Formats: sequence, C-alpha cells, structure tokens
Amino acid sequence: MSDSTAVAHGAPEHGHEAHPAYLRHHFENVEQQADAAGFAMWLFLLTEVMFFGGMFTAYLIYRNWYYPAFVEASHQLNVVWGTLNTAVLISSSFTMAMGVWCAEVRKQAGLVLCLVLTFILGLAFLGIKTVEYKEKIEKHHVPGFHYSLQSFTHPESDPEIYKEYHDKPLALDMARHTEVYFSLYFAMTGMHALHMIIGIAILGFMIFRARAGAYTNGHVTFVENFGLYWHFVDIIWIFLFPLLYLISRHQ
Amino acid sequence: MTDQKEMEEASHHVVSPVIYIVVGSALLVLTGVTVWASFQEWGNFNAVAALAIACFKAVIVVLFFMHVKYSSKLTKLTVFCGLFTFMALIGMTLMDYFSRAWGRW
Repeated sequence: MSDSTAVAHGAPEHGHEAHPAYLRHHFENVEQQADAAGFAMWLFLLTEVMFFGGMFTAYLIYRNWYYPAFVEASHQLNVVWGTLNTAVLISSSFTMAMGVWCAEVRKQAGLVLCLVLTFILGLAFLGIKTVEYKEKIEKHHVPGFHYSLQSFTHPESDPEIYKEYHDKPLALDMARHTEVYFSLYFAMTGMHALHMIIGIAILGFMIFRARAGAYTNGHVTFVENFGLYWHFVDIIWIFLFPLLYLISRHQ
Repeated sequence: MTDQKEMEEASHHVVSPVIYIVVGSALLVLTGVTVWASFQEWGNFNAVAALAIACFKAVIVVLFFMHVKYSSKLTKLTVFCGLFTFMALIGMTLMDYFSRAWGRW
C-alpha cells in the first residue's frame, strides 16, 4: 500500500516520466526488470537442476551396478504413501499457480488463501515424509552403524513386505549394497525435503507480506519467482517418485 | 494508476486459471496412470513408461505452471540450453558407465 502512494508523491521529484515505485532506476522499464528477474531465477534453477542431476545420475549408475539390491531395497517403500505425497505436492503446485494468478489480477484475499493452502499442503507433504522416515528408522534402514540387513538376507522376517513381493534372500555381499540405495534415498528425498522446508519458510514470510497488500499492487515478481522455485521442487519429486518407488515393483 | 496497469498488461501475459485447472488435473490423472502402469508386467518397459510419464508431467509443469510457453525468447532459450546441457552431461556419463563392460558379460 505504501508503495502505491510513493508513486504519486515520488514521481514529480524524479523530474522525469512517472513510473511505478518498484521500478529500479537501472532498468529501462517494468518489462525489462521482470525479464531480468525471471532470467536470473531460471539460471538459479538450472544450477539446482545440475545439483539434483548429480544425485539422479549416481542413483542410475548404482542401480545398474547393484540391481538386485536396489530392487529389493525399493520394495521397502510404500507406494500408497508415495502416491498420496505426489498428489499433495501437485495440489500445492496448483494452489501456488493460482496464487500467482491472484497476485497478477490483484485479488489480495485470493492470494492469501492460495499461499496458506500451499503452506498447509507443503507441511502435509513433510508430515507424510516423516511417517515414512520413522518407519525406516524403526526398521534400521538408515545407513550407518545401526543399519540392518535382516529384511534383505532373510526377507521372510519382514512379513509385511514379504507377502507383497516374495523377495528371494540376497547373498550377503549384494545385501550390503541396499545401504547404498538407502543412502541415495535419504540424500535425494532429504535434499528435496530441505528445499520444501526453505520454501515453506518463505511462504510464511509471503503470507505475512501478502496480508499487508505487498504483492497485489502490480509488482508480482517475488510471488512469480517463488512460484518457479516451488514448481521446480515439484518437478524433482515428479522424477523421484517413479525412480524410487515405482520402477522396481516387479523384478 | 491506469498508466501503471497498462504498462504491466503490455509486458505481462496473465495465464488463465482454466489452464491451471486443466494442467493440475492432468498432473493428478497422470500420477494415477504412472501408479497403474507400475502394477503391469511390462518387463523393462515399466521403467521406460514411468520415466516417459514423468518427463511429460515435467514438461507441462515447465510450460504452463512456470509460464515458459508465454515467456520471452530469452527465457525459452535459457531453459532449453540448460536442459540440453543437463541431458548431454547425464546421457554421456550413463553411456560411459553402461557400455564399459559391453560384450564382456
């Protein structure tokens, strides 16, 4: 709100054409400023693509090397939780996209609602992830000193998984490589979750600012670029879900 | 105020909520499809189908949710070059690893 009054008072002092207060002086016009911000955001996201890409590549290489271990280890993941989480995250991407639209057409109440929904769905995703992590901790499937090979050397000792997949026992040397699977599982979903936590923190800040009318005055760059970040995090999950949960269901 | 609005509208394509609803629903349906596909017995094709669906979902997120379809040529070029470089890096790395022992198994 204070921004729009600054336009009215600020313009004559500049001694040149009136422009929105949010237009920085080193840009020609609002369009150039928005393009520059969008360009920079995409460059940042591409560095993120490379960062996650390294882990995806490692995953594919190790999966190729230690295929039986990766197949049996991935049977430990619950497809129902994974599917539910995918739906939650896609819904949060949708509410975020609607939030960007609300900011563009200056609907403040709509924007606040969309941001709050995105915030809640983000937390729901992390909640479900916590349930899954807890199960891994209880079964000693977290890599480290307490890692247990029991479910892989003696599959029938893990009746819930066994009745669904009827896995054959792995030899000890192959079973040990399930730890590689879980290292990558925790690295990838953990980094993804960290991105979610950062995103949720920024969402909290944005809800606070949006309630004060910050993004419905025509200056939507922040909301728009945050939207890009949030959708990027969604895309990472769109690939993590089939790679970690789905592609080894049968072998 | 009107000046300001005109300036923005000239520079900024507002994507309609209808498109968001269609894309959002398509993403949910495709999530269902990919889970269904994982229950089928297609051998190696299971992984191919899962990744193909994931790529399609990612593309519609990038084009519509992330507005690349409506963005400047600079943005389009940046995204394309970035993803192309990424594919080249990942593709060549995997080709190397997967072909080292070629014919020796």
